[in-house]
Amino acid sequence: MTDEATAKLTASDGSKGSEGRSPGRLAWKRFKRDKTGVISAYVVIFFFVIAIAAPLIAKLYGKDPYTTYASANPNLLNVFSYPAGPNGGMSSDFWFGIEPQLGRDVFTFLLYAIRTSLGIALAATLLTVFLGVVIGVTAGYLGGKTDYLVGRVIDILLSFPSTLFFIAFMPVIYGLFIAPDEDIPTWLRATGLIIVLATFGWASIARLLRGQVLGLREREFVEAAKVTGASPRRIVFKELLPNLWTPIIIQGTLMLPAFVTAEAGLAFLGVGMIDPTPDWGVMIQRGAMFYTEDITFMLFPGLSMVIFVLAFNLLGDSVRDALDPKSKR
Amino acid sequence: MAAPAATPLYFPPGDGAPSGKSRLMFRFLVRRVIGALVILLIISAITFWLFYAVPRDPAMMSCGKNCTPENLEQIRKNLGIDKPIPVQYWLWLVGIFAGRNYAGFDYCNAPCLGYSFANREPVYDTIMDRLPTTLSLAFGAAVVFLILGIGAGMLAALKQGKFLDKFASSASLLGSSLQIYFVGYIAMFFFVAQLGWLSQPQYTPLTDDPGAWFSGLLLPWLVLAIIFTANYTRMTRSQLVEQLSEDYVRTARAKGLSRANVFFRFAWRGAMGPIVTVFGIDLGTLIGGAIITESTFSLQGIGRLAVKSVDQSDLPMLLGVTLLAAGAIVFFNILVDAVYALIDPRIRLA
Repeated sequence: MTDEATAKLTASDGSKGSEGRSPGRLAWKRFKRDKTGVISAYVVIFFFVIAIAAPLIAKLYGKDPYTTYASANPNLLNVFSYPAGPNGGMSSDFWFGIEPQLGRDVFTFLLYAIRTSLGIALAATLLTVFLGVVIGVTAGYLGGKTDYLVGRVIDILLSFPSTLFFIAFMPVIYGLFIAPDEDIPTWLRATGLIIVLATFGWASIARLLRGQVLGLREREFVEAAKVTGASPRRIVFKELLPNLWTPIIIQGTLMLPAFVTAEAGLAFLGVGMIDPTPDWGVMIQRGAMFYTEDITFMLFPGLSMVIFVLAFNLLGDSVRDALDPKSKR
Repeated sequence: MAAPAATPLYFPPGDGAPSGKSRLMFRFLVRRVIGALVILLIISAITFWLFYAVPRDPAMMSCGKNCTPENLEQIRKNLGIDKPIPVQYWLWLVGIFAGRNYAGFDYCNAPCLGYSFANREPVYDTIMDRLPTTLSLAFGAAVVFLILGIGAGMLAALKQGKFLDKFASSASLLGSSLQIYFVGYIAMFFFVAQLGWLSQPQYTPLTDDPGAWFSGLLLPWLVLAIIFTANYTRMTRSQLVEQLSEDYVRTARAKGLSRANVFFRFAWRGAMGPIVTVFGIDLGTLIGGAIITESTFSLQGIGRLAVKSVDQSDLPMLLGVTLLAAGAIVFFNILVDAVYALIDPRIRLA
């Protein structure tokens, strides 16, 4: 995501001037010098590659996340339905061991879990940022009554106890699409999560961008554009937005890891994705059932999530430093 | 509500007289409390509307197997859900301030939040029953993470660039990437199941047995603290570093004040504002229901009550919990802005 964003910044500078000292190029140079940032970028890319290539990796590895391997081969689990081998049944056949009770393959389950969780978090981040930008820029640019109204809606949304409303809101979303006695299809659960996360997430971005636009609106270059008869559309897209990319990217990098953990948290509480859909939160929820007997099964989703979130936070810090070197963390 | 509504402005000379300031404070509080009540009104209305946005009949669930149409009608009447939705909402609102008469139940004194659809207990009593658990969890954890976070942040700011600073910064980055639902179980695995140093987390009222209260909640406090400490360490450090390079700090040093005096009376006072703001937000969120924490440690607090009320389609309980949670958030917001103005004389209550 970062590379893409920086690449976009670099590409948009126009290739006139042999020095190439555009802000985007400068930010890219600063970023490349930051070792922590580069390493965490590789870790983050690694996770996204795994997520995209999960079906391919599973095919090469020869297993899938849904088959209960223990029913074909009962020796895999002991009499208490815990993995028979040491370390959660890790072996050359089952690299990350076997799930207690059902006996599914942990390695492929984790691959697909990362795929589901990252997919939902990424979609929710994009939607949230889009909503936040549209609403925030509109409120800031139009001002007056629109601005006042949007400001009050933001105030209310930010006073909501968010986790509580995630839980209360999910059944409503399902209820809009299907009858109460039907099973909820997986796509609907995913869509519902994205909608709920975005509904309660856009307010903070919108508030920030509104403030930025209020400041920019009075600047000479916007005045000049207005005087020369530029359309509002041109002013928003060509004059305002290029100046807002830095806060937008920074907010996006803060939001994605927060959504990854929120999505997993909802699954952990049983209102997000549910078993048998592979998901980080689902794995942790199942791990929580057996943690005293088989901690290995808990460690794989937990540690991989910590590594991803940590790497993404470090990457976010580096991107912030590169884009806005004056800011102090 | 990240940024306080107060705007930093210098008082013109003479305007800082005590009577003027306290009158300003009073007017500020009145205005903010009215604003908060409006927000609570809107949030409860949205909750009400959301609940009925899904076609459901709470009487059906309450009626059980041998349900006759007459029984169903009676239950609807008892629960007060035979009336149109706006009327139900109005009666609920009136009940909070004036009490309410339910058919088939005892008279419900103000503040009346109604009776649970699920177990027919008074909502107010159930919430009051659960509240001590959540309050113990929140305030206990707050004490731990404030001491650890601010202490570590102060040390890091004093030893800028040294090993201690780098260690505190790395630890806080790691801490902010951890999740309660992972660390909580890992901690329980090692300290409860394997080593047996601590008992399984549980709530014992403080008045019954302070020792059991403390040992039962110690693990949740520490786990919550690991996650929250990080933020305070980072913030304390960056705020102090900024304040220590301000002119007024240098002036105070140049006047010959001792290092410790300047650090605590000048730099720390200037650094406190943003920390108080975030602390208010965190405390409001924690009291509104640390839902995931309570689930992880199987504590029966407000958060668990909220999840249960959603599961059971228990509208009165859900409304009660939502009102409490949102109320805690707006209350601490107002409190934080007021405290902010007391700490920092440059803030005007506008």
